Amino acid sequence: MNAANPTNPTNPALTPPADRDPAWWPRVFWCSAALVLLWPLMVATEFKPWVLLEASSLRVSGRFIGSFFPPALDAEFLTLVARDTWRTVAIATAGITLAWVIAVPLTLLSTRVLSISALSGRMATLPFVARQAVRWLLIVLRSVPELVWALIFVRVVGLGPTSGVLAIALTYGGMLGKVYAEILESGEPLATQTLLRNGSGRMQAFFYALLPGSSAELVSYTVYRWECAIRSSVVLGFVGAGGLGQQLDNAMKMFNGGEVATLLLVFMALVALADRVSALLRKGLA
Amino acid sequence: MDLELQGANARHPAARAGSVPALHGVSLRVAAGEQLAVIGPSGSGKTTLLHVLGAALPPQTGQLRLSGQDPWVLPRAALQRLRGQLFLAPQVPPLPPRQRVVTAVLAGRLPAQSLLSSLRSLLYPSDIPAAFSALEQFDLGDKLFERVDRLSGGERQRVGLARALLAPARLWLVDEPLSSLDPARAQQALNALTAGARERGVTLVTTLHQVDAALAHFPRIVGLRDGEVAFDLPAGQVTPERLARLYMQHEDELTGAAPSFATSVAQAADEVPEPVVMHCR
Repeated sequence: MNAANPTNPTNPALTPPADRDPAWWPRVFWCSAALVLLWPLMVATEFKPWVLLEASSLRVSGRFIGSFFPPALDAEFLTLVARDTWRTVAIATAGITLAWVIAVPLTLLSTRVLSISALSGRMATLPFVARQAVRWLLIVLRSVPELVWALIFVRVVGLGPTSGVLAIALTYGGMLGKVYAEILESGEPLATQTLLRNGSGRMQAFFYALLPGSSAELVSYTVYRWECAIRSSVVLGFVGAGGLGQQLDNAMKMFNGGEVATLLLVFMALVALADRVSALLRKGLA
Repeated sequence: MDLELQGANARHPAARAGSVPALHGVSLRVAAGEQLAVIGPSGSGKTTLLHVLGAALPPQTGQLRLSGQDPWVLPRAALQRLRGQLFLAPQVPPLPPRQRVVTAVLAGRLPAQSLLSSLRSLLYPSDIPAAFSALEQFDLGDKLFERVDRLSGGERQRVGLARALLAPARLWLVDEPLSSLDPARAQQALNALTAGARERGVTLVTTLHQVDAALAHFPRIVGLRDGEVAFDLPAGQVTPERLARLYMQHEDELTGAAPSFATSVAQAADEVPEPVVMHCR
């Protein structure tokens, strides 16, 4: 049986298939390589999760989490929370609106599908340079974390929600601009190309072909960003930008577990609300 | 609009640099108001020819003249104005799935509209009667306010054709208008196109897979094979021998039904773009 076809041993169709998966060794190699590369990263971050399980750590976290119950529900605190919830939503909404105002023109300038010269071969030099410049501007805007923008603006305009709004607007403007452009370019380009080829203007092609093709994705991403902005405005509250974050900062510093618990519950409610809004809007546009 | 193409070589922009050009040495002269059909086996360069004629694809060598004007020497704004006089209909109907039919059809008017009036038309359709009568030519009047993604592949294709009737164009270049239509609808669509072009004095160039339909509806037939013009004759002189030579080794396309693109059209339209990864940071 060792020679299945002794008369024609070179015929490739008759040689038995290899009995081992040729992809096995590369797989083993890349998995081990990934582990070897991860090791120095664990060392660099001093990643020692077992510290959490030591008796003293367990005692400290147990006491803090235990103090969450019961959550603080007295009327005075709840009115405070209600006012600051409203302020947080306002910071996030105003910030995302301003970010949208920044992002939309930059998106339109940087979207490749709306290039007329790229319709027939390569994009012309000037539009190419302009699109690249806008992309770099978006990178600059979003590469500075909103916390850093907030620290800058707190110095300029003083403590309060204004610096939070401005910080969210700049960072999120950069993010929205980038992702909007990616959403628009990942859609089906034929409708847009056809309108441009038939002599429409870029903005006409945008409103009649590109936008209806991706509106649901754009809306759902924007609502998701609004949800991120709510969470982010909490962090900004820690540096004095007002809202629920400032309350949370106070409660944490006072080790007032009941208040922390109430505030966290409010956050969860807000995020769940954003989730519902996004689902409803997507359903309406689908 | 009259057009003249001389010794054009062209290749799709995505083609590899060393590959054989889709068109070589194609010359064609079409008088204003003329109607002609381009036939030929798959891959013979019909679509590329339409793109070259429609100033969508610059020929590598050779020259295109539209009404005596070479579009590729014009500055971009003037080229866009000239393109406003052309109507190039791709084979797959270029309609956003979530758009309403009335908007999709009125989009044919865009080159003649200012940005402001086209935006107003999105709020309230600017010329509902015109859109209705254009659709009625293709027996689709009842679909006026439907959404595109509720239509069948054949209905979408006819909506794409109805757009031509509203375009301010002097030259219609229609790629495979019948690819997802049944014979009766195909007959009707060709009648609507040829009659509409005649009424408006528009020049009409279509590519067709259905040889019988081409011979029945068009006075002039251009046979394209391997990127070259095999013949350019009045329909009466296109003999079965010529057709047999044109479709040599592709006889199934000549005798059998044309390959149906209906399924691929429907798939392309239903395809949802990949979800974009949404990360917070």
